[in-house]
Amino acid sequence: MDFNYSNEQTALRDTLQRFIDREYDFERRRELAQSVLGYSAEGWARFAEFGLLSLPFPEEFGGFGGKTVDIMLVMELIGRGLLLEPYSSTVVMCGGLIRDAGSPSVKQSLLPRIGTGEIKLALACYEASARYDLAQVNCTAASGGGGWRLTGQKTVVLDAPSADYFLVSARSGAGDAREISVFLVGREAQGVSLLAYPTQSGGRAGDLRLDDVWVGPDALIGAPGEGLDIVERAVDLGAAALCAEAVGIIAALNEATLNYLKTRKQFGVPIGKFQALQHRMADMFIAAEQARSMAILAAVYADSADAAERRRSVSAAKAYIGQAGRLVGQQSVQLHGAMGVVDDVIVSHYFKRLTMIELTLGDTDFHLGRFAATLMS
Amino acid sequence: MDLKYTPEEESFRAEVRAFLEAELPADIRTRMRLGRRIAKADLTRWQKILHGRGWGAVMWPARFGGAGWNVVQQHIFEEERADIGAPPQNAFSLRMLAPVLMNFANAAQQEYFLPRIITGEDWWCQGYSEPGSGSDLASLRTSALRQGDHYVVNGQKTWNTLGQYADWMFCLVRTGSEGRPQQGISFLLIDMKSPGIRIKPITMLDGEHEINEIWFDDVHVPVQNLVGEENKGWTYAKFLLTHERTNNAGIGNCKRALKKLKEIASRQTANGRPLLEDSRFRDRIVQVELELMALEITNLRVLSATADESRTLGPEVSVLKIKGSEIQQTLAELQMQALGPDALPYLREALDMDWVADPRFAGHYAPYAPPLTGHYFNMRKTTIYAGSTEIQKNIISQMILGL
Repeated sequence: MDFNYSNEQTALRDTLQRFIDREYDFERRRELAQSVLGYSAEGWARFAEFGLLSLPFPEEFGGFGGKTVDIMLVMELIGRGLLLEPYSSTVVMCGGLIRDAGSPSVKQSLLPRIGTGEIKLALACYEASARYDLAQVNCTAASGGGGWRLTGQKTVVLDAPSADYFLVSARSGAGDAREISVFLVGREAQGVSLLAYPTQSGGRAGDLRLDDVWVGPDALIGAPGEGLDIVERAVDLGAAALCAEAVGIIAALNEATLNYLKTRKQFGVPIGKFQALQHRMADMFIAAEQARSMAILAAVYADSADAAERRRSVSAAKAYIGQAGRLVGQQSVQLHGAMGVVDDVIVSHYFKRLTMIELTLGDTDFHLGRFAATLMS
Repeated sequence: MDLKYTPEEESFRAEVRAFLEAELPADIRTRMRLGRRIAKADLTRWQKILHGRGWGAVMWPARFGGAGWNVVQQHIFEEERADIGAPPQNAFSLRMLAPVLMNFANAAQQEYFLPRIITGEDWWCQGYSEPGSGSDLASLRTSALRQGDHYVVNGQKTWNTLGQYADWMFCLVRTGSEGRPQQGISFLLIDMKSPGIRIKPITMLDGEHEINEIWFDDVHVPVQNLVGEENKGWTYAKFLLTHERTNNAGIGNCKRALKKLKEIASRQTANGRPLLEDSRFRDRIVQVELELMALEITNLRVLSATADESRTLGPEVSVLKIKGSEIQQTLAELQMQALGPDALPYLREALDMDWVADPRFAGHYAPYAPPLTGHYFNMRKTTIYAGSTEIQKNIISQMILGL
């Protein structure tokens, strides 16, 4: 057992933390959230400089061979800084999917370009009425014309507006509905349209429509019919990253709330002198510690070759952290009183982001159900 | 013991329902149903319609122009009002200020102000909280110095709800510094058009403008706008808060929200089935329904005990306030969670009346969906305002339990 970060990991964390301290304060973040792009293009370039955009890729593709534990460290700071850049979509989920399922030539053509910041990707894996079920896919891919023709719609595609490419799950078999494959689709391809919108926590997403979009044979990522496993694995990487992001936010909220309890005076004393509030804060501290443990569990086993172990750990963490985040988010707002429900104090923004994290890539009920299902097998 | 409504009460309910069905303007009803923004003009239009029927103030005694209804009738009206989706009336005027005026104001004040409330002519807002005085309200510092036949008011109020609409404010001010902080407080009625008042919007976490900061810079208020006695304002303020908290139970609104939650959960799908059939989600709906069932009867018990006007509302209203606010929050939370990933988009324009979903939304974005996440965020205020849950628990433990 070793719960310490290495020197390299610590150095990476310090670099990113310095960048956030200097160039990404709350005011800047609010400006970016309201800008057309919705994130910082300069920030993305700095991520590339720091090596963050190629962190989880093999060295032969210009990466650092990082594990999800390294991603955890980055995501925790992204959470704490409320960063808006499409890191999880491009690097963690789509980059991870290509790394894990792509052919050598696909990896060679895409991973280095992700690493330099040249291209961004979004994972288009959910559809209307499917809720969080990755297997419920109505989008179709018919082979023809020496490639594939894709038709269908994908909903709430995270970071879609900034993506150059989408990784799209589609039914590729005529009979079996579970025969799903993954395709790389360019934003500019004929027949692709996007309805873009902001999200409740300041990010961007969109609904993607594919009308008879032709892609070449090399757009197929992984073997035909294996798309569900491929997408599920990528979503698990994303869920583990969200867990780490939540842990960063929970820690920041607890710090802010503790500080408020020590400084806000009512009835002639700091409100932290009241035992009811002391115990509440103690519960929030406990939740933060437990959440961190679960995020570590998810990060370690997200890379497991054993899919059952990976599913079990990621779902346990996502369900647990969903609830811990709700507790800390709601109580941080409550303990801040009216200061917790206004837009110009960071607390409400942390709260909103935690709320959205719980509803992204499977909510608490979904992951409780997925974890419970592992008891049966 | 009998929990059933009498035939007279049932026919009263039918009468109320028929009136609401016939008279609630369709545009207001649609806005309410879809959770779109409601303008002041909508609210005053509705107030005038109610007034025309003699129901402008159903909670007031008849001698002040109210409907003179008993608590069961009021409860029925509130239930039907919420169920059909009529907007709530201005509680600051009708439920908070009015009882103070009826009990503590002089005849001239009652005769001038009460009719203007019931017709919808005057919109009232509240001036209670200050930056340094929230839960510890008695520490407030906005000062009113007597100069001849005026008070000169200086200071700052905050978390003021919908003051941007207000013609008048009832305001707690400090007129004395002797003794305990509660002893030097007075209750003033301030014309919002007075020179020296500056109002600045505060954007809430859902992006909406609902609350304000308000500054007073040498604002002159005629002494005849003092309610009751100078330095006795704390008594009136507490009386008002007790009425405010009763209203906070919001049974009718909760029932409507529960009904809406069930509708949403039957339209959203999980695993190819209506979400309502998902036992994990359904049990959470049921859990909050049980809380609401209990609160409805608790609420009627508290109100019935005061029906003869010989007893006044006491600290037991803190039970109503705590439970009512928690139930509202849970219902808002479940409505949002029912949406799943559709809770993520932030469509600010969708709160406008004429918004229709872009057909490119892949058919998944239901008309009820856009306001729900913001509503969940907004409802966090309910355990904070009108005396936070923590303050209510202090009241219960000190005033009722004697701890």
